Amino acid sequence: MLLISCPNCGSRDETEFHYGGQAHVPYPENPNELDDRQWAEFLFYRDNTKGAFAERWLHSTGCRQWFNMLRDTVTYEIQAVYPMGAARPDKAAPAPESGTASTAPDSTTTGTAAPDISGTSTAPATPAAGTIAPEGATK
Amino acid sequence: MANTAALNGINGLRDIRRSPASHLTAALEAGSIEGTVVLQEGPFQTMAGIRVDPRSEEGARVAAVAGGLPARCGEVGGADGVSVLWLGPSEFLVVAPEEAHDSLGGNLIGSLTAALGGAPGQVVDLSANRTTFELSGARARAVLEKGCSLDLHPRSFPPGTALNTEVGNIPVVLEKTGEESFRLFPRASFADFLGRWLLDAMREYASPEVP
Repeated sequence: MLLISCPNCGSRDETEFHYGGQAHVPYPENPNELDDRQWAEFLFYRDNTKGAFAERWLHSTGCRQWFNMLRDTVTYEIQAVYPMGAARPDKAAPAPESGTASTAPDSTTTGTAAPDISGTSTAPATPAAGTIAPEGATK
Repeated sequence: MANTAALNGINGLRDIRRSPASHLTAALEAGSIEGTVVLQEGPFQTMAGIRVDPRSEEGARVAAVAGGLPARCGEVGGADGVSVLWLGPSEFLVVAPEEAHDSLGGNLIGSLTAALGGAPGQVVDLSANRTTFELSGARARAVLEKGCSLDLHPRSFPPGTALNTEVGNIPVVLEKTGEESFRLFPRASFADFLGRWLLDAMREYASPEVP
């Protein structure tokens, strides 16, 4: 069970929250000009980051407010909680080491569906995930 | 079928209405242990949901009628028997005795609506939305701790505090009204479940303590 710090209510159990998927996915400026593939990518294609991942959460049985959270998908460590609309805080983000290197070994296993998308878009969003990953993936 | 033709306005319905946990009345009485932990339903309280920005002018007007809006999570505002519970940064639940309802000669909801006026926000009569369980006694906290993961120790949950949380895996508003007394506000459809859950949690205290 994750213990999540709601910005309004403080630490609460994960069961009080609702997951809202990847954060910072902008609505297309001109949806009518997109072709089917671009529209499908906006709707359904999300990063599958190994390491720090920005995601939206809703405190559904508490204050019913949305917020963003930076969570490590390997260790489940919550690195930052910040309001909707705010820029992603670059916590402990050293030079993004050409991103895909750390995700490559695992992303090959899921392979065929959309290799180019998950590969390219995670690049800026991956701090040195490998360095903090091994510390107990518990909770 | 009730003879609806004979009913006189909304107050004509008062005699035939049932509270969400009324069918548990006997069970609650049988399951309560006087002096240890007592559970009863406090039905038909007047409740109003308010959505207003508390920092705005209309927020100040509503606060003046309600007796003060709570500023943050956990706080309880209100005065003169009216409690205003914090549900969100701009969302509040007003709980008042049944007599405060407009249909019984009170003016709580009417005056709140008037205070809000045409400003952005809402005042909604939610009296039928939730029911109230009153849990009290020396073991009340121990009963709640079986199904609530918050720290209910008085140092972090003093009397006069209310939190929106889960008890027995269902969402409730939990208010601490005294040193050993709590009020739980589950939605009406959860009242049966929560009532039986609390009775089950209370059952061990009916037996003598095993050293």
